Amino acid sequence: MRPRVLAVDDSATMRRLIEATLSPRGFEVFLAEDGIEGLARLPEVDPHVVITDINMPRLDGFGVIEGVRRSPTHAGIPVLVLTTESGADLKARAREAGATGWLVKPFEDDRLVNVLRRVLSI
Amino acid sequence: MAAIDELRMTFFQECEDLLEQLAEGLRVLRAENGSPDVETLHSVFRAVHSIKGGAGAFGLKELVAFAHVFETVLDHLRSGKIVLSETLLALLLRAGDFLNDLVGCARDGVPCDAERMNLLLGDLDEVAEKVGRTAEKEAEMPEFVPVTLDLSAIPLGEGDRDDGANESALPPDDATGVSSDPTRFEIDFAPLGTMYGTGNEPAPLVRSLRRLGAVTVTADLSAVRPLETFDPTEPQLVWRLVLETEARRDEIEAVFEFVEDLARIDIRATVEPTRRTSGRSVPPSSGCGADTTASSRDAALLRPSPKSRSSVGDLSSGANPKIVGSTATTVPTPGSAATSSAVGASPSTIRVNLDRVDRLINLVGELVIMEARLSQVIAKAGLAADSDVASGLEGIKQLASEVQESVMAIRAQPLKPVFQRMHRIVREAAEATGKIVTLETVGESTEVDKTVIERLVDPLTHMIRNAVDHGIEQPDIRVAAGKPREGKITLSAAHRSGRVVIEVADDGGGIDRAKVKAAAERKGLVQPGTAMTPNEIDNLLFLPGFSSKEEVSALSGRGVGLDVVRREIQGLGGRVAIDSIPGRGTTFIITLPLTLAVLQGMLVSIRGETLVLPLSAVVETLHATNATRYSVGRRARLVANRGELLPIIDLAEVFGLSGPLCDDGRGVLIVVECDGGRRAALEVDHIEDQRQVVIKSIEENYGHVFGISAATILGNGRIALIIDPDEIISSATAGIRYPALAEAVCA
Repeated sequence: MRPRVLAVDDSATMRRLIEATLSPRGFEVFLAEDGIEGLARLPEVDPHVVITDINMPRLDGFGVIEGVRRSPTHAGIPVLVLTTESGADLKARAREAGATGWLVKPFEDDRLVNVLRRVLSI
Repeated sequence: MAAIDELRMTFFQECEDLLEQLAEGLRVLRAENGSPDVETLHSVFRAVHSIKGGAGAFGLKELVAFAHVFETVLDHLRSGKIVLSETLLALLLRAGDFLNDLVGCARDGVPCDAERMNLLLGDLDEVAEKVGRTAEKEAEMPEFVPVTLDLSAIPLGEGDRDDGANESALPPDDATGVSSDPTRFEIDFAPLGTMYGTGNEPAPLVRSLRRLGAVTVTADLSAVRPLETFDPTEPQLVWRLVLETEARRDEIEAVFEFVEDLARIDIRATVEPTRRTSGRSVPPSSGCGADTTASSRDAALLRPSPKSRSSVGDLSSGANPKIVGSTATTVPTPGSAATSSAVGASPSTIRVNLDRVDRLINLVGELVIMEARLSQVIAKAGLAADSDVASGLEGIKQLASEVQESVMAIRAQPLKPVFQRMHRIVREAAEATGKIVTLETVGESTEVDKTVIERLVDPLTHMIRNAVDHGIEQPDIRVAAGKPREGKITLSAAHRSGRVVIEVADDGGGIDRAKVKAAAERKGLVQPGTAMTPNEIDNLLFLPGFSSKEEVSALSGRGVGLDVVRREIQGLGGRVAIDSIPGRGTTFIITLPLTLAVLQGMLVSIRGETLVLPLSAVVETLHATNATRYSVGRRARLVANRGELLPIIDLAEVFGLSGPLCDDGRGVLIVVECDGGRRAALEVDHIEDQRQVVIKSIEENYGHVFGISAATILGNGRIALIIDPDEIISSATAGIRYPALAEAVCA
């Protein structure tokens, strides 16, 4: 079974990049344009891992992390933050919300795949 | 198209939307005047941020660098670290403009204006640095509260006490300097309870370590309290990992990168090579009462079950009741997920190559022609209007017109992007002239054909510059005239009777007609002493050769006059009119057809020639016999219509057609109205039909033909010219003689 990745990013470019990076490497990629859509797709996609941007309209990445952690079905899945920001306070906030880890954009293909393999234990 | 090119295209298309979002946001910030709305600030920040993110992916270094500094300032602004002042807003606007240019340069692969970039970066840096220093200090503070584990309770290998005791993060110098010499690492991994709430778990970490070499896992339960006093948020469980590997220390650290702050991690390299020891061997440090020994394979069993995972989630939310409360409304329950997914989806759109749409439009045009042809054949065959064939054709006609409208709607786009660009033009022009000008836009959502939008940019830019340069007065002059210091330009758009009307209105001093007339006389455009109405004088501005480099400033000049603007608008099938009130301002009125492809036309016959009159201009038709005509002077004739005297314009004379009068020669007068509201009665022989005609431009081959806007193909395959009533009325009422164009019409 291919691992399912739910990627939440308001930038169409980033969404396509993530898909173009992960799909050929054996991941099944599902996309959402903002936090609300991301959380809404959670039960339907049933992802093994969520990748989320931080700055998004309607509901930001912190909201996504918190939402996943409060989900009755997916509270324990890894949530990776993929963002251009790398400030300490941002990491602290993401951590507090329950983020598994973070990656800084622009990401290298291998790096993203390696991190996913690590958190997914595959 | 290569995947990367496609991605690039997506990026630049997205940039367009983001830049628009940025411009809109900055404009709102400006209007809000010092009390910025948080959501607007977020939206502005996100726009720049997303551009930066995408640019990074494509290695557009300059774009990333600039967007980064820009974004930093915006971030400080939204977090309230700096206050939005007039000067800062001006800087943001300039930065926004430059970002726009940078994206353009990146797209076209041309170098950007480095000097301007450095200048702006300097200014932005200055703002950012004021708060930046305090922010950096914050960043240097530890990311988390130091771990307070009872170290005496954790068994450590011999001789390790001094180096491992208080570290929660590893000293960076260790990470670089270590070679692959030591083949054995001992790792103490003591997760905090909070780690389990972040989706990080020991088992995947152990598996990741196994990729580096053989791992022996021991669980140290000595610090775990008995069940009665067990605190699940502080499990006190310690994993002792022995890794035999050739990997470097930083590779091992990388495995733990996400849990540095969530566990006490102690990695020690043991010098003695123990390659001979297999992974299954009992670790040497067993004097510490470890009662569980597990191979790395068994570690997987230690992964919490799904049930316990969710209970971990519950625990973490229990520990953070504030977070629970704040997100309660945003988290959908499984039951509501489907509906919120539907609500959350943005309107679905596709991007289509314009060529495909244009081909469709051409086909619809052919369909209209074919339908016209069919209808003629039916008429010729002598079939009654209520025959089945005729009514079937009527149905096709209806459908064709609906198809045509739908296809047109695909090409239609709001004027907003063009209008948005004008804010920048006003800003730059105001800066260059030292005037204070605001631009107000009305009716941005008005939709116009895409081609029209693209070709409107230049003429509008010119007119806006012109309004700032020549329309709006200097602030002190305005004040002296009892006006506010700030000049105002209003750019508006609206649909009006099948056309789009765009107005550029300034509240400046109006046209100085004496000066204009004098200038025109000096240039030999009018005979000195000619009596002219104010409107005639205003229209002199559109004459080629009126504006010249010596007269216009560097700003609106550039060797282009309003005549070029008029020509461009005419090229779009539109026209420009002027309305100016001294002391109150000037308004330029552009009217454009909704589409460049099809128009509703009235087919008229003049001396055996068929011409098309745009139906949008027709007010009413009069039978010549019923109309009361008057003659004025030698040539001018008038007709009384609803209490008004209208000039009669004989189209046969206008076009120099001299064929025999058809029918009984009584003729029909068609009352038309042009944009300025002026009316005239056009005399034709008779009206043939009323139908949709497909517009075929003749400009490319013939240039501008007086009184003619385009041509069309009739149902019988013949070509008919489409009359431009405005031009005919304007020149007739201005007393300009018609150039003879019989050749063109008869061709």
